[in-house]
Amino acid sequence: MKRKVPWILWLLSTIVMVMYLSNTMRSETADRGLFLPGVTTVGHYQIELACQVCHTPGMGVLQDACINCHGAELETASDSHPPKKFKPLDKADLVERLDARFCITCHQEHAADRTHAMGLTLPTDYCYHCHRDIAETRPNHAEFAFDSCASSGCHNFHDNRALNEPFLTAHLDTPDFLPVMTVAARAPVEAKPAAAPDAPDAPASKMTDPHVLDDFAASAHARAEVNCTDCHVAQPPSAVLESSPAQPRAAVSQIWIDKPDHTACARCHDHEAAGFLAGRHGMRLSQNMPPMTPAEARLPFKPEAAHRALTCNTCHGSHRYDTQTAAAESCMKCHDDPHTRAYAGSPHAKLWAAELAGEGAANTGVSCATCHLPRQTHREGDEEVVRVQHNQNDNLRPNEKMMRNVCLKCHGAQFSLDALADRALIDRNFTGQPAGHVESLDLIRTKIADLARKRAERNKPKP
Amino acid sequence: MKTLLRLCLMLVMTPMLASTLTGCSKSEAAASPNGIEAAKVADMLHIVMAADRTTYVKKVVNRFIKEQKVQIKEPNSEAFVAMAASEEWENEHGSLPLPAQMFRMGAELAREKADGLFDYQLLSEWPINKQNAPRSDVEKEGLKFIRETKGEKPFYGEEEIAGKRYFTALYADKGVAAACVDCHNMHPDSPRDDFKLGDVMGGIVIRIPMD
Repeated sequence: MKRKVPWILWLLSTIVMVMYLSNTMRSETADRGLFLPGVTTVGHYQIELACQVCHTPGMGVLQDACINCHGAELETASDSHPPKKFKPLDKADLVERLDARFCITCHQEHAADRTHAMGLTLPTDYCYHCHRDIAETRPNHAEFAFDSCASSGCHNFHDNRALNEPFLTAHLDTPDFLPVMTVAARAPVEAKPAAAPDAPDAPASKMTDPHVLDDFAASAHARAEVNCTDCHVAQPPSAVLESSPAQPRAAVSQIWIDKPDHTACARCHDHEAAGFLAGRHGMRLSQNMPPMTPAEARLPFKPEAAHRALTCNTCHGSHRYDTQTAAAESCMKCHDDPHTRAYAGSPHAKLWAAELAGEGAANTGVSCATCHLPRQTHREGDEEVVRVQHNQNDNLRPNEKMMRNVCLKCHGAQFSLDALADRALIDRNFTGQPAGHVESLDLIRTKIADLARKRAERNKPKP
Repeated sequence: MKTLLRLCLMLVMTPMLASTLTGCSKSEAAASPNGIEAAKVADMLHIVMAADRTTYVKKVVNRFIKEQKVQIKEPNSEAFVAMAASEEWENEHGSLPLPAQMFRMGAELAREKADGLFDYQLLSEWPINKQNAPRSDVEKEGLKFIRETKGEKPFYGEEEIAGKRYFTALYADKGVAAACVDCHNMHPDSPRDDFKLGDVMGGIVIRIPMD
């Protein structure tokens, strides 16, 4: 009997352990952190416990997982290396060297010890695999190291909307500061006098705070004749309302939502909500997880903001919905890194203050949102509409993605490239001049001059 | 018995002799399941591709840009700019895709649908986009052949790619309009600037699996 005891104990503890682990694994609420095989990248750590977003039940990697979240972005970016480029039969030898048909060839997760910027898990000279003979067609590239292609402000693997020769050629001689420096105007809300709704349709029991109506009266929502139940009641009006036509207000209190979430905003602001959910601010919510808080984040944040939960209202402020507050002040309530701290003293902030004070012209101010949540023009049929991109990560990594739609609205190409490549200048929030010089425009200039010389020589009348 | 043996031997040797005499390579004899020769299938595919490509170049690009010199109104402005066919067409208002891009986009869509049934690409010995340079020996040999024969006849070959055998045909792609020739002569990345109308500027390669 004595000899059997350890065996029984072993058996029991194994059964308990297996039950505990498999329950934890299956549970949506349990802390599944102990299953993480390694530190998750900055892009994914917020949702690292939602294993099923990327993994099959057997913990394989879903090929579509990457595309489900990043596909639209890659499409918009005119991805320079889409999988389809590697599918023609004669590219089979390239695929053998580097199978770029699959995201995980270059981007593996939970591999912190070999993860570089942009979640790259290959050695940074990866361009060599296919472009080793680049000097044959571009002799001026002969001296460049293969780990410098994508790190010197010249090329990106995916998004080269600003870093392509025709585009840069068209912007070769743009001055550092353009003669006209403005961004697109936001779509105006139909101008009606600001006022609280004549008849707020909230139940009396919910209207206890007088500031709420004051805040609301000053908002674009008031001007657009939005009423309380438009946000505080799930749409369309439920059967409860229809069943009590005589006492609608009493009925409303039964279906009233005290704190409407982003889905209420999305009923009218679908593009904005989609952007928010795609970025780091809303990615938790997009996976039906609790909202992100600064306490859980890896960037530096103000201690007093640690437990603010990130929803639309965190930046926009419920009832007031002041877009000017949301454009800069709201960011600085939480973010506490050198770039954010330097904003108040920066030339960009001065322009923003001037616009707010009515001293600067409309759309000449530069708030945090001007660059990070930029106003983008979209063509819809014959019209151009301006929308604010609410995914603040959309143009951030690599930061040259910001150039075409943001920097070049006010600055020249050389100035923008140099500034974006200057880490110290970014930390000073662009207070001062860029220290370095990105060479790509020089290479284009030399190439154009060489070509012109060659053509002139050939066209010279022969003696 | 001897007669039977001899008959068998003759039966076996007939196709071998025939192919030697006619100069038909194995590839030309390669047949698809319904009996159409791979070369014929490739020829038919090429006729369609070349017809569509010529139509786009002549009736769209050349017509709008070279003949009519269409002006496009800039959005939110009174200014007009000349319509262009441009590499950057996706990011430019009112630009047309370059004919080579048009062809590639079609090939990419077809590749998804064809799922290995066949594959095709546009290649050139003088590509502006180096991605379109020949890579395999058959591609190099084929482009040389259609250049030397001025595109009078196609080139047929066979090759092995990633462990599979393919029938590979190359057809000349000629400069059919001023738009082709001018752009390839002027482009900073073009390795040649002396193309004339009607010159072989590249080739269309079509591959059909043999198994």
